[in-house]
Amino acid sequence: MIYSLLVLSSPCSGQACATALHFAQAVIHRGHQIHRVFFLDDGTLTGAASMVSPQDEADTVRQWADFGVHQSVELVLCVSSALKRGMLDQSEADRYEKAAATVHPSFEIAGLGQLIDASFTSDRLITFGG
Amino acid sequence: MPTTEKKSLLVVVRRSPYGSSLARTSLEVALSGTTFEQDVGVLFMGDGVLHLLPGQDTGALGVRNIAKLIASFPLYELDSLFADETALRHHGIAQHQALPQNIEWLDTGAIAELLTRYDHIMSF
Repeated sequence: MIYSLLVLSSPCSGQACATALHFAQAVIHRGHQIHRVFFLDDGTLTGAASMVSPQDEADTVRQWADFGVHQSVELVLCVSSALKRGMLDQSEADRYEKAAATVHPSFEIAGLGQLIDASFTSDRLITFGG
Repeated sequence: MPTTEKKSLLVVVRRSPYGSSLARTSLEVALSGTTFEQDVGVLFMGDGVLHLLPGQDTGALGVRNIAKLIASFPLYELDSLFADETALRHHGIAQHQALPQNIEWLDTGAIAELLTRYDHIMSF
């Protein structure tokens, strides 16, 4: 079965973002596929390359980034949600003349169309957080 | 291989219009769905029915007016609109006050039935 995930919550508030990651890992473990993980609203903070987790807490950003690379799963941040929260890749940082890119390279920035596309390319679309 | 046929999508709006960014985001998701010619519905539930209050003025808030976004739905042929009549009564809003007027008012049983009619549900 093909799954896509929609993540609405920040990794630094509540458990939803981490629960989504655990769900994604379980989906792969069970032999299913993940087409795309779409991060929307506060969920886009999951791509924050500069986020520093306390040493005794899970580093959810790094875990997501590793998951995306190792499992070849697209991790997409909604562009309008991302920009409002200062989440910029290099091209957006250049476009808006901001000091630096802030998005981890394992994530990409794209429009809401990628969420809609994921919904009709997948058998299941599961929402986390909000 | 992924199946790419069109699937129906119900966006469930449970947030009050100006209490969190998710409210506007959820409506933008619905509009985005229509640009892919998907069958998109919007269900206003709980505090989400406050989106339907007339006379919204966001000048002092410094944010865009969500009522104007909803008023643009017909331009996108987004006309499958539903709302929770129990929540409306809870908030003391009369059905004839609510905008837009082409909303279908549903009781709890009808909402449960509606949720089974769509391929995907995105709840905000």
